[in-house]
Amino acid sequence: MGELKVKDKDIVIPGEILATGMDYLPAGAAIREKEEIVASHLGIVSLKDRLVKVIPLTGRYFPKKGDTVIGKIIDITFSSWIVEIGCSNRAVLNVRDATSDFIERGEDLRQYFTFGDYIVAEVLKYSPTQGAIDLSTKGPGLHKITKGKIIRVTPSKVPRIIGKQGSMISLIKDATACRIIVGQNGTIWISGEDIGMEQLAEKAILAIEEKSHTSGLTEEIKKLLDEGKPKKAIPAKKPITQVEAKKPIKKKSEVKKEVKKVKK
Amino acid sequence: MTLTKRSDKRKFEDLRPMEAKVGIISRADGSAMFKIGKTIALAAVYGPRELHPKFLQNPEKGVLRCNYNMMAFSGSGDRVRPGPSRRSKEISLVTEKALASVVDLDKFPNSVVDVFIELIQTDAGTRCAGITAASMALADAGVPMRDMVSSVAVGKVGGKIVVDLSKEEEDFEGGAVDIALAMTKRDKKITLMQIDGEIKKDELLKALEMAKSATDKIYALQKEALKAKYVREK
Repeated sequence: MGELKVKDKDIVIPGEILATGMDYLPAGAAIREKEEIVASHLGIVSLKDRLVKVIPLTGRYFPKKGDTVIGKIIDITFSSWIVEIGCSNRAVLNVRDATSDFIERGEDLRQYFTFGDYIVAEVLKYSPTQGAIDLSTKGPGLHKITKGKIIRVTPSKVPRIIGKQGSMISLIKDATACRIIVGQNGTIWISGEDIGMEQLAEKAILAIEEKSHTSGLTEEIKKLLDEGKPKKAIPAKKPITQVEAKKPIKKKSEVKKEVKKVKK
Repeated sequence: MTLTKRSDKRKFEDLRPMEAKVGIISRADGSAMFKIGKTIALAAVYGPRELHPKFLQNPEKGVLRCNYNMMAFSGSGDRVRPGPSRRSKEISLVTEKALASVVDLDKFPNSVVDVFIELIQTDAGTRCAGITAASMALADAGVPMRDMVSSVAVGKVGGKIVVDLSKEEEDFEGGAVDIALAMTKRDKKITLMQIDGEIKKDELLKALEMAKSATDKIYALQKEALKAKYVREK
């Protein structure tokens, strides 16, 4: 006869016995060791019928097919970009999967994505045996990031940041009027018209990360968003395009001087 | 020469006062501090990450790599010469072996998990403190593990079997036997055993029994420290 040793929402550490006997089934970061079910990660227990699941609280990103991730270009080869997505292996973005434009053989790939660029991509394929991760930037919502800010959170907190059917993230989006993309690898892109709002969104997301395992989180975040509204709007810097860069910038004082001269 | 009373008035089966904390190094994936008596060990875990040079990679499973280092100012006597020494290389290796049996790296081929153990203050039992701290840091980093490892030193000082020797006891005039032990929690399997000195079989068995209850005490502290990181904020 099996026996359950833990309660729902308990925090367990690796090696802790969750249940004995064959009546229960392990899921998530729980594994079967002979007659016992033990945790393999530091995590939170979630019980459902006979299923004993452990949701890890820490750990690196483990890629899954179809995940949206945000990565950084770290290398360029003849026909691909190498992307850092915070995983144990590097990801590859092939030219074939990068754009629908025709790219000639031997063309300089830097004009599409260059070193240090951040991109929103989708995981096409992951084969753990070879450790190869294939990415794609072809698809709706997948693009190169040109403005806004990037923040990082623990990948295991991502489901909590998104919330049930995206409830939490749309709460932040509505309150701050920012565009937010949450990568499954824990990299988050925030872009808004106003810097204060961007900062507020960042603050809210970091608050969720810190308190992700507590209850009544939505109320707390609502309160934080209401109280933290910036009083003065500071427009966010637009990406500098070449046309804008050429414009001569006149200071206010200079303009005044010119006016005075005309008066004289 | 027999030992009737321990210098710090402990009982023979008692450990020195311990302290443990998790998440002390913000840039590491996982980190922990373990203090026992005057010995303080810090452990930082990075990874799983890519392993270079490439010939060190194992396509079957991930590699665990440990580095033990005693800081220059840490010793109770002379300044410790910085850099790897014969001793630190050996301890790095045995630490690796002590932890490798519980760390499950099948899902991370061609990658490495780096464990750095730094001792900022030492007073005997450094390798044990290092392993205990590293075990917590690995759990904090979210590296899959089958069990936790707790480590303690036992030994024979002046004819008495004692737990957790201090530096003073290690240098006991009447001769001391020092056994460094590391054990898993559930099965009490020994993952590290190093004996320095001569000891009889029945005495060794008695020492092992004492180590079992001592590692249980250490495990309780490890568990508490790991959970405290999350429970505190409630």
